[in-house]
Amino acid sequence: MKSLRLLIPLAVFVVLVVFLWVGLSRDPREVPSPLIGKPAPVFTLPQLHEPGAKLSTADMKGQVWLLNVWASWCVSCRVEHPLLVELAKANVVPLIGLNYKDRNELGKAWLAQHGDPYRLSIVDADGRVGIDWGVYGVPETFVVDKQGIIRYKQIGPITTEALQQKILPLIRELQKA
Amino acid sequence: MMRTLPALLVAASLALSGPAFAQKDPALDARLKRLEEELRCLVCQNQSLADSNAPLAEDLRREVHGLAAQGKNDEEIKQFLVQRYGDFVLYKPPVKSTTWLLWAGPFLLLLGGGAIWIAVLRRRSRNVGTEEGEAPVDSDAAAAGVEKARALLDDPRA
Repeated sequence: MKSLRLLIPLAVFVVLVVFLWVGLSRDPREVPSPLIGKPAPVFTLPQLHEPGAKLSTADMKGQVWLLNVWASWCVSCRVEHPLLVELAKANVVPLIGLNYKDRNELGKAWLAQHGDPYRLSIVDADGRVGIDWGVYGVPETFVVDKQGIIRYKQIGPITTEALQQKILPLIRELQKA
Repeated sequence: MMRTLPALLVAASLALSGPAFAQKDPALDARLKRLEEELRCLVCQNQSLADSNAPLAEDLRREVHGLAAQGKNDEEIKQFLVQRYGDFVLYKPPVKSTTWLLWAGPFLLLLGGGAIWIAVLRRRSRNVGTEEGEAPVDSDAAAAGVEKARALLDDPRA
């Protein structure tokens, strides 16, 4: 009985260590999006390469698609860009680019230089659609299902690991549904 | 000239800023400033929306001002941001099933600490209770000691 009581501080310590371990190993920059499982915010935006033409969320209904938020001023976009180019070559899923708070000519020059993996890019010059989608750190990537529900959000550059272990399996599963 | 230049500059800046001041609503500004201090900037997370110079914070301040101009109250403006960025934008998290431990935790710790404190006080007062002001005495050992002393004193060989 007495020895059990001596174990109490140890137990409290272990619980504290577990809480801190879990808490401190999380990345505070990754804020879970409240939009996952919810309908994608509606937009109608002009296309980067054809400013007269528009794309709206309704046009993408019935297929699984990716929305990748990018900008020519965004340094970490360069990190993920080769992966996006690879993904576009594999042609598994339509990739829509959201050119976020950028100037059209700079965006187009950037795509010309680094390659254009997007089926098309749309222009969110003042970042208002970005706010609706809860964008706070470019690049961000959303997986949207056939019903227009957001299923996954990648905050920061897409990594090979995230692509192979999370995004591609999810896309395959959603495409079957 | 050296004296008049600053005076001229002050006069010019007052003349330029006059109309801008007149258009502003100080009550609304104060209200939005208070509201923005309760909201977190997601880019530099330890700064409030009011303090941050990040471009996103600027956009969100513009959005907050726009919503206020539409007649939205503080709660509706907060909801607008929570729907997009989650509870994390609020420096004061709401009470719900996932946060009750956060809110109740300090009081639970206080209660637990109080209970332990009272238990320790009780035990101590029980031990001291026999003779006030004296250290607790093991009465059997004390009796044995007295017995031994008496035996030594009575010993004719001593």
